[in-house]
Amino acid sequence: MAEATQLDSPASEEKIAIDGFTEEGENLSPFNEGTVQHGAKKHSHGDAPVIPEASRGERLKSYKLDDFAPLNGREEDWRFTPLKRLRGLHNQPLTGAGPAVEVTGAANIQVETVGRDDWRIGSAAIPDDRVSAAAWEAFAEATVVTIPAETIADGDVHISINGVDEAPAAQHLIITAERFSKAVVVLDHHGKTTLAQNVEIVVGDGAELTVVSVQEWDDDAVHTSTQQARIGRNAKFKHVVVSLGGDLVRMTPSSLFTGPGSEVEMYGLYFADAGQHLEQRLLVDHAVPNCKSRVTYKGALQGQDAHTVWVGDVLIRKEAEGTDTYETNRNLLLTDGTRSDSVPNLEIETGLIAGAGHASATGRFDDEHLFYLMARGIDEKTARRLVVRGFLNEVIQQIKVPALEERLTDAVERELAAGNI
Amino acid sequence: MSTLEITDLHVSIETEQGARKQILKGVSLTINTGESHAIMGPNGSGKSTLASTIAGHPRYLVDSGSITLDGEDVLDMSVDERARAGLFLAMQYPVEVPGVTMTNFLRTAKTALDGKAPSLRHWTKDVKEAMSQLRIDADFAQRNVNEGFSGGEKKRVEILQLELFKPRFAILDETDSGLDVDALKVVSEGVNREHNKGGMGTVLITHYTRILRYIKPDFVHVFVDGRIAEQGGPELADRLEAEGYDRFLTNSPAPAGSPAGA
Ligand SMILES: Nc1ncnc2c1ncn2[C@@H]1O[C@H](COP(=O)(O)OP(=O)(O)OP(=O)(O)O)[C@@H](O)[C@H]1O
Ligand SMILES: [Mg+2]
Repeated sequence: MAEATQLDSPASEEKIAIDGFTEEGENLSPFNEGTVQHGAKKHSHGDAPVIPEASRGERLKSYKLDDFAPLNGREEDWRFTPLKRLRGLHNQPLTGAGPAVEVTGAANIQVETVGRDDWRIGSAAIPDDRVSAAAWEAFAEATVVTIPAETIADGDVHISINGVDEAPAAQHLIITAERFSKAVVVLDHHGKTTLAQNVEIVVGDGAELTVVSVQEWDDDAVHTSTQQARIGRNAKFKHVVVSLGGDLVRMTPSSLFTGPGSEVEMYGLYFADAGQHLEQRLLVDHAVPNCKSRVTYKGALQGQDAHTVWVGDVLIRKEAEGTDTYETNRNLLLTDGTRSDSVPNLEIETGLIAGAGHASATGRFDDEHLFYLMARGIDEKTARRLVVRGFLNEVIQQIKVPALEERLTDAVERELAAGNI
Repeated sequence: MSTLEITDLHVSIETEQGARKQILKGVSLTINTGESHAIMGPNGSGKSTLASTIAGHPRYLVDSGSITLDGEDVLDMSVDERARAGLFLAMQYPVEVPGVTMTNFLRTAKTALDGKAPSLRHWTKDVKEAMSQLRIDADFAQRNVNEGFSGGEKKRVEILQLELFKPRFAILDETDSGLDVDALKVVSEGVNREHNKGGMGTVLITHYTRILRYIKPDFVHVFVDGRIAEQGGPELADRLEAEGYDRFLTNSPAPAGSPAGA
């Protein structure tokens, strides 16, 4: 296999500097305190810690839990996650009933509850970490939502996922947009939970699918979610993660291109309060030629021990000539005591690409910003809100699901109000 | 008429080592609306410290003395209250504010200053007009505040705010530095437009007399080592440009309360 090269953004068609924001490189191990906190150090890619896997593409994948070693927290993909707070998802049987699933909205789609032996199980995903495999072994039945071929859903598909207890549980969902169909699907998580979830997403040839996963759990919820999308030819897929509520939320969305001419946009918005751990690890797998991907994640942090993690892996395989990809992550630290880890990782195995780049920046809203705005008559509270809203709206506006935009704007307002800023 | 009065102001800062360093050592200055004052002086003499203290930057600690605006205690006001009372500081180094577009910022500030939202139609027109007079590209409105602006562009945007916010007292901290000849002219015209309406007192902090050719000061103050060492009319500026500050510096450290020359 060709040697993977780690490339920096080759062209700066997109400016990555936010002033008061500094570029972060990859030297962001959890033991490396301070670098992220102040966003002050500049790292070259040469400083990156050795990543044990030779390539992201070679990570172990299996439906069997036993194929994965028990976690100790030092694994590359778990090193930022406080395992103790997983409340047993990684080492207890997942026997809880799990949150209730209710699908409403569009009428011209198909909703089924199926058993483990249904032919569609496994049509898009294969676990690539231990918790995901545990969930795969444990789920009893799956919810399958299908947008039939050449159908335009006659409304947004709303999947309410409502938890009522904290027994560790597994959950399985399959969303299939058959060829030339078009739909917006919103996964709406709320209530209490300790949940390991697998979401399989099939985007058929020529289909246009948006999947939005909103995590507005109660404060003490624990949720891991692997959301793997398999994208056909000439298709468009948009994936949006919105993580606001929960004690620990760990999202691992991925997009795998299986046919040429497709486009993926992956957005994320997260707002961590005191003590919250919000993690997102993405993979875009360019396995075929001439596909395009854009990843934009933005997060705000406030309060003691608010912690966010963003790891963005983009893999451009040897076959993926003509790939065009760009990923960014920006974090805004609103108070002291917060911590944001941001690790972009681009692996390129062919030189014949249209473009590849990434940017990552973590900055703080500091006293000088505040002074500037206040010196123009704006009171402190309004000044802080102005900055946070502006920062996060950039993502909210790109979701382009009107009903959701308003709801998310309100949710951000509530976060701001809750943080007393 | 309004009066901004600074009396025997002593200001210090806390250095990174935690020591306290005195910077202003007894500054007295009275500015009336309609007047224009120039403050000149060597690097590090405390000019920006005075400006920032008036605006209320938290880094500067007032040890003694007073600042009043028509008799009201300015030192008692928060930063935003000072701005709403009519004080405006065009900063020497305007900061870039992430996530906030100029449009949004200007409207929010105007609303805060006036206590009500400006009528949208007039406001949009005012902003457009002021931007074009200052030769600021229309697309700046959609950019984040000062983000990626050049030094000269930042200064123009400060003056844009001056024109839109219409303060009673404007302190311009080296607004002229970093401007080429054309920009200097454009910016000076902006200040004059506002000043000539008669309702504004202007303080120009500068190292050079070139801006004073466009903005005629009524008074010139020489700042040396945290004090006003000499005051005079516009002719003093020319003398300073010709002679430099040497004669003040050789006299220093002057004992407190005995300004050199006059
Ligand atoms: N944060 C700070 N830490 C340490 N010293 C400071 C700080 N801010 C200002 N000073 C010092 O205070 C003194 C006055 O600085 P100030 O910026 O007011 O001078 P200035 O007259 O505006 O100079 P310039 O013409 O270079 O703008 C200087 O000696 C400066 O080094
Ligand atoms: Mg200065």
